[in-house]
Amino acid sequence: MTYKKLFLFMMMCFLVMGLHSSYTPKPVNAFTSQVIQQGATGEDVIELQARLQYNGFYKGKIDGVFGWGTYWALRNFQEEFGLEVDGFAGPKTKKKLADATKYDAGFVKEQIRKGNEFTYYGGVDKSKQSKPPKQQSNTGGNAKNNQTGTNKAADNNVNVEPTAVNVPQGYSQNDIQLMANAVHGESRGEPYVGQVAVAAVILNRVESPTFPNTVSGVIFEPRAFTAVADGQIWLEPNETSRKAVLDAINGWDPSGNALYYFNPNTATSDWIWTRPQIKKIGKHIYAK
Amino acid sequence: MLRWILIGVLAVGVAGTAFWGYQEHQEKNAILIQAENNYQRAFHELSYHMDILHDKIGTALAMNSKESLSPQMIEIWRLTSEAVSNVGQLPLTLMPFNKTEEFLSNIGDFTYRTAVRDLNQKPLSDKEMSTLESLYEQSGELKNELRKVQNTVLDEDLRWMDVQLALATQDEQTDNTIVDGFKTVEKKVEGYAESNVDSALTGTSSKEHKYENLSGEKINKKEAKKKGKELLNVNGSDNLTVTESGKGANLPIYSISYQNGDENGYMDMSKQGGHPLTLLINRDVKEKNISLNEGLEKAKEYLEKYDFDQMALFQSNQFDNVGVYSFLYNQDGTRVYSDAIEVKVALDNGDLLGLTARNYFMNHKERDIPEPELSSEEAREKVNPDVTINEEHMAVIDNDVGEEVLVYEFLGVLGNETYRIFINAMDGTEEKVEKLDGTEINFASNFKGSIMPSLFYI
Repeated sequence: MTYKKLFLFMMMCFLVMGLHSSYTPKPVNAFTSQVIQQGATGEDVIELQARLQYNGFYKGKIDGVFGWGTYWALRNFQEEFGLEVDGFAGPKTKKKLADATKYDAGFVKEQIRKGNEFTYYGGVDKSKQSKPPKQQSNTGGNAKNNQTGTNKAADNNVNVEPTAVNVPQGYSQNDIQLMANAVHGESRGEPYVGQVAVAAVILNRVESPTFPNTVSGVIFEPRAFTAVADGQIWLEPNETSRKAVLDAINGWDPSGNALYYFNPNTATSDWIWTRPQIKKIGKHIYAK
Repeated sequence: MLRWILIGVLAVGVAGTAFWGYQEHQEKNAILIQAENNYQRAFHELSYHMDILHDKIGTALAMNSKESLSPQMIEIWRLTSEAVSNVGQLPLTLMPFNKTEEFLSNIGDFTYRTAVRDLNQKPLSDKEMSTLESLYEQSGELKNELRKVQNTVLDEDLRWMDVQLALATQDEQTDNTIVDGFKTVEKKVEGYAESNVDSALTGTSSKEHKYENLSGEKINKKEAKKKGKELLNVNGSDNLTVTESGKGANLPIYSISYQNGDENGYMDMSKQGGHPLTLLINRDVKEKNISLNEGLEKAKEYLEKYDFDQMALFQSNQFDNVGVYSFLYNQDGTRVYSDAIEVKVALDNGDLLGLTARNYFMNHKERDIPEPELSSEEAREKVNPDVTINEEHMAVIDNDVGEEVLVYEFLGVLGNETYRIFINAMDGTEEKVEKLDGTEINFASNFKGSIMPSLFYI
């Protein structure tokens, strides 16, 4: 399919959908009623970022996660418009912002859904502010993909997911995933706190001078974890182990600062019994 | 007769061979896993080191004083050499990976040269600053590419042993994501080099404080159970179990847990005074009904209920449908970083899901906070002039040697990054510079959005 044809087709889709939606006009409300604060994610944040970009305060990516960039943009906006500078998007701020800017939900959401790289500055031609993602190469696949994308995109009320996620300071999703793998392999039969405790032991080891200084170093240290040695670490982890890891990273340590744990029924080393024991959770005894 | 003997001998032979074969197979598998684990370790460490390297370079950009810049350069230099050794352990001998190694050694050279130089005599020139900036940018790209490969590896459960096989057979047909991914990394690096997590600042003291200020009398098991019931908000006491800690515990505690269908809860309570140290409730969190901000109000209510006074919000984050809030103790407008409490609130109905106050109880006391000798303006002058300062606080932090010091805390922006900079309020030392992130591209969703469809339509 040539680009012209593709373009025509997309235009037609837009037109058809445009006509359709004009039959059922819906009142356009800016934002939901929530106060948006740092750390929030979701569509309100997308709208907030887009609006702040529209009048030039926000220069970062519109990704639906209220991070530092959004925080400063919001504060600058509040300062310039004579509002209380607190970094919270409350009713007053949201109203000022909605009055001062326009938000084309259809355009923004479509860009996000397609994974395009885009910006949303006011007074600039929108078509110049978007380009498709780099990775795509085969046109056959894309043509089909785009069709379905356009059909959905014309509906402003379809939900879109943020394209970024919150991660605890200093950790990547991959670190979390790797830890979840280890926790699942080591303690999938254990109660939830037991899993948090295992994750906490990994982190305590990273901090301890007698163990490797990285998460992967601790996990793959030879003979440290049985699940690594027998390959159980590569079982698909479930959502519970991921949650447990997040809790541990966020500061929860039910193990009581333990560096070791063992199952008294299967432990083969006598040495482990000499460690001062802290407590028992599920089948594991935690020790220093 | 002879025939039967023959059959018998053969049967024994076959069984023996089968047994031997099975043993060999087991051994081979054990060794395969071992080798695989070594590769995995090197790979994950590599991407982690890249990450920290990027971070450290970014932090160096925002540093001003020579006293903190030199150690930082040494740190970067150390990290490059670790990353190079990680690369060296990967089974990539058949693949060109020399550019990346070169890039790494470039950073290493640069940082070594600046680290050994007396920066008081000869500070970084503009040209060197711009080199550092470009290194920062490049390491960022490299980091992202590596993280992407890592995500695919984890997501699709790829094995390095398969990579080695693919490389050895030079089979062009096999679509090998790892190899392809590394080729992209290598391409990025062509033409131009690369981070340690200062583990979150809050609550980590290098010196272990000793729970000196736990108020209240010792409580017994019965009282603990009663109190636990209250704090965990459970009705029936029959399924509540209470256990005591062993002698390895830093602080004698009661552990209280309950199981109620799919929901289970667990808490540690100090024997002295019955204070909640950690509390965790695990259940399925349903669709989000309240905002992160309403969750914050709930979190504050819980803190009040548990008698934590003067706690000020430090940061908030939403993970899926759970709000995680971090609070710092606020003594007359000065925030104390080591007295931290984290609270987790379910954003479906606003119930408390977790609380951890271990750090708070370990470190907390009424401190004698001196008057700062430097004015705010004087402290600002110690900050790198390129950083635009947007926010200012007074704070008490633990410095590198684990002593509590009074500091000015500045939040500022340099380029697109936000930094937290601590300047000692007594002598103007740049105590700590931290680059703040906390958000990341959602690799999983980006991959599914762009690559997966093209796979389907081939």
